[in-house]
Amino acid sequence: MIAKYLPYLLAGISVGGQYALIAIGYTMVYGILRLINFAHGDVFMIAGLVMVYSSASLPMYIAIPLVLIATMILGFVIERVAYRPLRSAPRMSVMISAIGVSYLLQNCALYFTGGLPQTYPAIPWLSRSVNVLGATTKMVTVVTPVLTLVLVIVLVMVIKYTKIGMAMRAVSKDFETAQLMGIKIISVLSMTFVIGCFLAAVGSLLYFTNYPSVIPTSGSMPGLKAFVAAVFGGIGSIPGAVIGAFIIGICENIIKALGWTTFSDAFTFVLLIVVLLIRPTGIFGEKATDKV
Amino acid sequence: MKKRIIALVLVLCLALTLCACGGSGDGEKQEASGNKTVVIGVYEPLSGDNGAGGKQEVLGMQYANYKFPTVEINGETYDVKLEISDNESSNDKAVSAATKLVSAGASVVLGSYGSSVAIAGSDTFADAGIPAIGVTCTNPQVTLGNDHYFRICFLDPFQGTVLANFAYDELGAQTVYCLGQLGNDYDQGLINYFSEAAKALGMTVITESFPEGNSDFNSYLTNAKNQGADVIFAPTSISYAQLIVEQAAAQGLTIPLVASDTWDSNVVMDAAQGKDLDIYVSTFYAEGGDPEFEAGIKEWINADSTNLSNNGGNDMLAAVTVMGYDAYLTALEALKAAGTTDPGEVMAVLPSVTATGITGEIKFGENGDADRNTAFIKTANTETGVWDFVTVQSVA
Repeated sequence: MIAKYLPYLLAGISVGGQYALIAIGYTMVYGILRLINFAHGDVFMIAGLVMVYSSASLPMYIAIPLVLIATMILGFVIERVAYRPLRSAPRMSVMISAIGVSYLLQNCALYFTGGLPQTYPAIPWLSRSVNVLGATTKMVTVVTPVLTLVLVIVLVMVIKYTKIGMAMRAVSKDFETAQLMGIKIISVLSMTFVIGCFLAAVGSLLYFTNYPSVIPTSGSMPGLKAFVAAVFGGIGSIPGAVIGAFIIGICENIIKALGWTTFSDAFTFVLLIVVLLIRPTGIFGEKATDKV
Repeated sequence: MKKRIIALVLVLCLALTLCACGGSGDGEKQEASGNKTVVIGVYEPLSGDNGAGGKQEVLGMQYANYKFPTVEINGETYDVKLEISDNESSNDKAVSAATKLVSAGASVVLGSYGSSVAIAGSDTFADAGIPAIGVTCTNPQVTLGNDHYFRICFLDPFQGTVLANFAYDELGAQTVYCLGQLGNDYDQGLINYFSEAAKALGMTVITESFPEGNSDFNSYLTNAKNQGADVIFAPTSISYAQLIVEQAAAQGLTIPLVASDTWDSNVVMDAAQGKDLDIYVSTFYAEGGDPEFEAGIKEWINADSTNLSNNGGNDMLAAVTVMGYDAYLTALEALKAAGTTDPGEVMAVLPSVTATGITGEIKFGENGDADRNTAFIKTANTETGVWDFVTVQSVA
C-alpha cells in the first residue's frame, strides 16, 4: 500500500515545495504593492536558462551563486524599469506592464535558445538517485520540502524581527502613511522583488533538477499554479502561500494516482474557483476593511 | 526623462526582435546569377515543443538546396529559393505561418513536422491552390479527403501496428501503457492505432493523457508500474520525451519505453545516455543506409556552427533530416514534370511524380500518400550514445 502510493506523495510534496518558493514571490509583491507580478514565472524560467548557460562554462560552485545573484539583479531591474515609473499610475497600467515584461522575457528566451529545449545540467548531489521506503527518486525530491520550510522560516523571521521586515509590514498595511513616517519606500520595494526573485531562483534550481528541460514557456505553468496557490492560501500571506502550494502539489498528484490524469490541471483551477466562492480571501487571507 | 529612456529601451527591444526575424530567414541569397527564381515554401516548426525536430527536418532541405541549388523548368534554369516559415509547433500560429508562404509566392510547400500543425495549415494552402508535401507527418487526416496534401512517409495506422507487433513479438508484452499529450492529433492518433492493433493481438491496453506544458511525469510512470505494464508506449514530442526519459531513469524504471518517429532524435539520445533504460523507436531511415550521402551531409553540418547547433550540437543524423532531403528532391521532380512554376500545374502533376531518394523510391498512391511498407526499429545504446539498428519491421 505504502510502496504503491508513496511515489505520488513524494512527487506531490516535492512539486508543492517548488510551487511554494514561486508563490512567495507572488504573495509578497501583492501584499506590498497590490500588484500581481505576471512576470514572476518567467523570471523563474530565466533563472533556469542562466543556469544552463553558466554551467556550460563555469564549475557548479560558481554557477549556482551566479544564478542566484543574476536572478536577484533581474528582479531589481524589472521593478526599477517596468513598475516603479508607473507607481502613481492606475493599477491596471502596472498589471499590463507586468504582462509586457512576461512576454519580453519569453521572447528573449526564444531568441537566445532558438526555440530548442535546453537540457538542464545535473547538479551533482541533488541529481543522485535515492531510495525512500522502497520508492526510487532523486535526492532533490527529499531536499525540496526541507529546504522550502527552512527558507520560509528564515523569511518569516526576517519579516518579524528585522528593520527592513518591519518596514515591509508597515508598507503593506498602509503605503502613504509608511512613507510619511520616514520609511524609504524605494528600498522596501526593491528588497521585496529581490527576495521574491531569490526564492524563485532557488525554486528553479530544484524544479529543473527534477524536470531537466528548459523552454521559453517553462515558467508559465509553474507560475500559474504558484499564483493559484498564493490565491488559495490567501494572497498576501506567506504561510498561506506555502500551505496552498503544498495542497495543490499533493492534490494534483493524487488526482493522477486515481487515474484521472486528463483532469489533473483542470482540478487545480476548479479548486481555485471553489475556494474563491467559499472564502474569497483564501484560507489565511485577511478580510479587507475598507477605510472610508 | 525616464519615459524617454523607457521608450528607447522598448525601441531597442523591438529592433532586436526584428533583427532576429530577419536573421532566421533565408532572405539574403542568390541575387547575382540572373536566373529566374522559383520559391519552395518550408512550413516547419523552428520553435516550441517540436522545434528540435523541425530544425533537423529543415537541415535536410537546406542541404539538398545546397547540393541542387537550381532546377531545369521547361528548358530554363531557375534558382531555387527556400522560404522558411516557423509555425512554432502551435495550431494557433499555423495559419499565419502558412499565409506567409502563400504571400511569398511558393510553388510548392514542404512540411510540416508534426501532424497537428500540418492539418491546421492545410486549408490555407488549399485556398491558395498550392500543393504541399508532408515530410514526416504521419497522421492519416493530413492527406485524407483533399487533393493538395501529399506525403512521402508512412502513416500512423501502419506505424502503430508495426510498434504493437514489435511490443508483442520482440518484447513479449501482455499489458501496455499508452501515454500521449491531450489534444495532440499526432500522439492521440498513433495511440489509437497502436491500441487497436494491440487489442487485436490480445494485449491489455491502458491509456492516459497529460496536459500541454506538463513537466511532471513521475505520477504517470508510477501509474504504469502499479498497473503492471510490460511496455510503455509514449509517442510524444521531443520536449516531453526528454522529460519522460529523465524521470524514468530517476525512478529506476525497468519497463521498456517504446516510441515513434519523433523520439528518433539526438536530443532524446543525449537525455538517455549513461542511464539504465530500454528505449525502442520506429523510424524512416537507419543510419548507415547510404554512407556516401551521410558523409556529405555530416561534412556540411560540421562546417557551419548554426547548422551544428540546429542539429542538436553534434552530427548524428536524424531520420527526419534524410526525409527532408528526399522531400526537396521530390519537389524538384514535380517542378520539372510540371514545366512551370505555377502551383496549380505542380499540383496536377504531383500524383504521377516519382523520385528516387535516399530512403528509397517515392511514388504517390491512394490519397497522395507514398507507398511505404517498412519501418526501421532502433534502440538507444545508452553506453555509446547512438541509436542501434534492431530490425526492419513490416506488416503483411
